[in-house]
Amino acid sequence: MDPRYEALYEALKNVHGYIYPNEISLTWSILIVEYPYITGLVAGAFILASLNRVFKIKALEPTYIISLLTAFAFLLVATMPLISHLGKPLRFWEIMITPHSTSAMAIFGFVYLWYLMIVLLLEIWFDYRYDFVIWSREKKGVMKYVYKILTLGAMGTSEKDLKWDKKIGYFITVVGIPSAFLLHGYVGFIFGSVKANPWWSSVMMPVIFLFSAMVSGIALVLFVYMGINFIRKKVQNMPTLDSIGKYLFYILIIDFTLESLDQIHRIYEANESFEIISMLVSGKLFFTLGIMQVTVGTLIPLLILGLFQFFKPADKIRKIAYFIISIFVLTGVFFMRWNVVIGGQLFSKSLHGFTTYNLGFGGQEGFLMALFWMIIPFGILAFLLWLLPPWKKTVH
Amino acid sequence: MPQQIKKLLIVFTIVFGIFFIIKYALKPKSFGEFGHYRGLAIIENENKQVKYVGIEACNECHDDIVSYKKEGPHVNLQCEVCHGPGYLHIQDPETNKLIIPSKRENCGICHQKNAARSENNITQVDLKEHNVENKCIDCHKSHNPYEFKD
Ligand code: HEC
Ligand code: HEC
Ligand code: HEC
Ligand code: HEC
Repeated sequence: MDPRYEALYEALKNVHGYIYPNEISLTWSILIVEYPYITGLVAGAFILASLNRVFKIKALEPTYIISLLTAFAFLLVATMPLISHLGKPLRFWEIMITPHSTSAMAIFGFVYLWYLMIVLLLEIWFDYRYDFVIWSREKKGVMKYVYKILTLGAMGTSEKDLKWDKKIGYFITVVGIPSAFLLHGYVGFIFGSVKANPWWSSVMMPVIFLFSAMVSGIALVLFVYMGINFIRKKVQNMPTLDSIGKYLFYILIIDFTLESLDQIHRIYEANESFEIISMLVSGKLFFTLGIMQVTVGTLIPLLILGLFQFFKPADKIRKIAYFIISIFVLTGVFFMRWNVVIGGQLFSKSLHGFTTYNLGFGGQEGFLMALFWMIIPFGILAFLLWLLPPWKKTVH
Repeated sequence: MPQQIKKLLIVFTIVFGIFFIIKYALKPKSFGEFGHYRGLAIIENENKQVKYVGIEACNECHDDIVSYKKEGPHVNLQCEVCHGPGYLHIQDPETNKLIIPSKRENCGICHQKNAARSENNITQVDLKEHNVENKCIDCHKSHNPYEFKD
């Protein structure tokens, strides 16, 4: 048979009940799952860094620069899943040169640029400017000039210059917190404002996205911090791990409460879409929502972290537990994005049927592509850690 | 003003300058003439060759088939949904042959059983069950499918 009919046959096998023809195959694939996931990691990691700076939490200090660099590495990749999802990826920039104020995506481009250029880049630059100057004096060969260029010519090292670095850096942090909220709240807004989709359309969406972003960002920093220590063969600093764990616990509680509130609201309202949504949750999304998001990603970490607040087992056990929790939480939040993006497309707008999402392996929107964009940020982070080693920064 | 700010201002001026130059240089010429799109897009589309000519054009030479088709359930179909665009064929039928859609799947495009299609609008058969041994047109006459070939 003609491959087109073969494909139609395959697709039709996965259809249950009545759906409209254009709903058989999903238009938003795993790459669109990754987009809010990665921006969430960025916003979360950045918020952790900022809270750290604004509230001067001593125990979190070793993670400050790492959080910033992690946020930066992931931010550089945040738009890539979107771009590789496009039919014509090379035309992505057109949205930026002829933006329309009613285009949610075009505005996202500017929110993104604001955050990338004004907030993150500047904050990192002010943090490192003094070190750039020092390194440009110490290093030889090409690196000397690389650091020299990175100073942008601001070579002052006097007390006054340092004071300015700190002052402006602090100011940017303060501006940065609402910006990070804006960046990721906006992603939630994009979904929450799709009024035709009862699974998405909710004013809670931006808030839920934000808190799950913080959860994932903190988990990522925990993961990266432990990973770096492990690779550099350094002892894990237990007070730091404990205090990251504590914040993760608090934010996780808020996140869980908000998401439950959203669900309870739906259950109590039980409007016309409720029947299909409850079938969705107990059927197609059972594994990704019930098991992965709620059990693995939320309940188990909450339980363990909660236990640690009252009773502290030996360092060794806590260390392993923190590492596993960071992975669990990261997985859980990934599946939260999955449940939103994929879940919202699995049921028909007629509210009378379901389709199925088949994740391909290769291809433009397959598993490999998604994996690729998840690995790249770690590569970038490794490069940044080499170029801007936090452990070689001068302390002042 | 601290030197950091001075240097940053220079860098930002350059970056924004480049952005606006790019924006200016790459923005399509006729953009915004009538609205938030390329004005020329309308003319470009107007100038495109019309490839589907419609059943009246076929009627000039194939009036027998056109009137025969009117007697059956395919009365409302355009010839070209099955045979493909006819703009070249009507100019020179000898050299520009049209498609003869004789495969089972060709009928399946419209008649294949599909949960997303309403049975009230189009009769559906399962291609994997309905007389699988033969082509559809071995039995049905394509232009009037309720008449059968002998
Ligand atoms: C100018 C007269 C003319 C017009 C108009 C015309 N045809 Fe034809 N058509 C012919 C002739 C003559 C043949 C026979 C050509 C041959 O067999 O070489 C033919 C053959 C065909 C065939 C059979 C081709 C084959 O490979 O055996 C099809 C199908 C066909 N026409 C469809 C159409 C359709 C559909 C239209 C309307 C879009 C159309 N024709 C308009 C003159 C015309
Ligand atoms: C449902 C799809 C369909 C439509 C609509 C259709 N045809 Fe056909 N046509 C076919 C098929 C299939 C054949 C091959 C028939 C066969 O070999 O028995 C064919 C054959 C032909 C032929 C070749 C000679 C013949 O009679 O077998 C001509 C000419 C032709 N069609 C013209 C037309 C014209 C003119 C129209 C519009 C009035 C038209 N067709 C509409 C499917 C269609
Ligand atoms: C472009 C879409 C289309 C294609 C292709 C097509 N048909 Fe049809 N067919 C229709 C429509 C529309 C009707 C009229 C609505 C109905 O009764 O189902 C119809 C009606 C029929 C009917 C009568 C069904 C009934 O019970 O009323 C038969 C039989 C049929 N087609 C056979 C065929 C065969 C055989 C082919 C392939 C040569 C074919 N069709 C290709 C659209 C198509
Ligand atoms: C062996 C001959 C034969 C072949 C081959 C054949 N059909 Fe039929 N078809 C019939 C007969 C006889 C009927 C009327 C009796 C019936 O409903 O089964 C019919 C009925 C239909 C109907 C109307 C069904 C209904 O419920 O009213 C459609 C539509 C149809 N055929 C489409 C097709 C299509 C599409 C193909 C090719 C995939 C095809 N047929 C192949 C003999 C055939």
